[in-house]
Amino acid sequence: MEYIFIIIGAIFVNNIVLAQFLGICPYMGVSAKVSTSVGMSGAVMFVMTLATIVTYLIYNFILIPLDITFLQTISYILVIASLVQMVEIILKKVSPALYQALGIFLPLMTTNCAILGVAILAVQNEYHLLQGVVFAISHAIGFGLAIILFAGIREQLDLVDVPKGMRGAPAALVVAGIMALAFMGFAGLV
Amino acid sequence: MDKIKILKRGIIKDNPVFVLLLGLCPVLGVTTSAFNGFGMGMATTFVLFMSNFVVSIIKNFIPSKVRIPSFIVVIASFVTITELVMEAFLPDLFDALGLFIPLIVVNCLVLGRSEAFASKNDTFSAVTDGLAMGIGFTLALTALGAFREILGSYSLFGYSFIEGDGMLVFVLAPGAFIGLGYLTAIFLKIIGER
Repeated sequence: MEYIFIIIGAIFVNNIVLAQFLGICPYMGVSAKVSTSVGMSGAVMFVMTLATIVTYLIYNFILIPLDITFLQTISYILVIASLVQMVEIILKKVSPALYQALGIFLPLMTTNCAILGVAILAVQNEYHLLQGVVFAISHAIGFGLAIILFAGIREQLDLVDVPKGMRGAPAALVVAGIMALAFMGFAGLV
Repeated sequence: MDKIKILKRGIIKDNPVFVLLLGLCPVLGVTTSAFNGFGMGMATTFVLFMSNFVVSIIKNFIPSKVRIPSFIVVIASFVTITELVMEAFLPDLFDALGLFIPLIVVNCLVLGRSEAFASKNDTFSAVTDGLAMGIGFTLALTALGAFREILGSYSLFGYSFIEGDGMLVFVLAPGAFIGLGYLTAIFLKIIGER
């Protein structure tokens, strides 16, 4: 039951992009086409889950025993940066097809604040490892849902006659605002 | 390069928020009031200024293959300093900004300026650029914060000027996106891009 609350809360009620404003850069940057946004969500799910597991272990077995939790930010970002690099090298050897599909999105993952944000939130909420993994996967699904829907709308938006001043980024931001309004309907679900 | 030109570019022509669309997470996340926006802008300006300064000094000692991780460590150190100082002296602001303080590390604007400008230019140009981008960022955050505060709670910097509760939607998430959308359109019109 507790896991269902985490899942629904993370995907709909506290949607990572539309309610918590994390991962806006990829949300605005790679949502021009549905196909690239699907690749991005796959990469996010992969790295986010791995990063949450590794940072959980670091926090509970290194930072707390040594009483150096103030190094949280520095150690997390280093771990995420090297994790991304490692995943890139392994994928290149093991599954070149997947590596090709993820392309430029993998290195961009280091500066995706959703990854670091979820890792910090999982610690703040005092989740144990399994809860943390469920939390990360459902946040990644929420990210995927938001970015794929948004990409679908933007593909249609290209065909419409938008007023000159609102073309491009301004219109996309207003569309994102209306999506956030729709997602507010889920508030109070959990 | 001409210092005045660098300043002008950071604040107007390449405004990090309205033109480059960089570092949008804190822009949308903390601007529920003008003061929160200003505080976040100042914190980011400090990190930008200091990391550009250090990166421009150490750029010749760092092998180009490990430059990104090295820049991130420099940035993360200054973010941790900001975090600790703010928690000690400005606890209210620290609580209001919350998660977005540690997340300055992954603000694409900070790493972007280290990589694109500070690692290629002399120290004085680099700090000017950090300052200019920081001012541009702070102005944008304060403007969006003021916009949302005026419409959302009928007040500015905490002083209310009309009785009433305001339009709640502008304090909530959708108002952030919609407000930024319209402010971007207005800014682009004013500087003559549209």
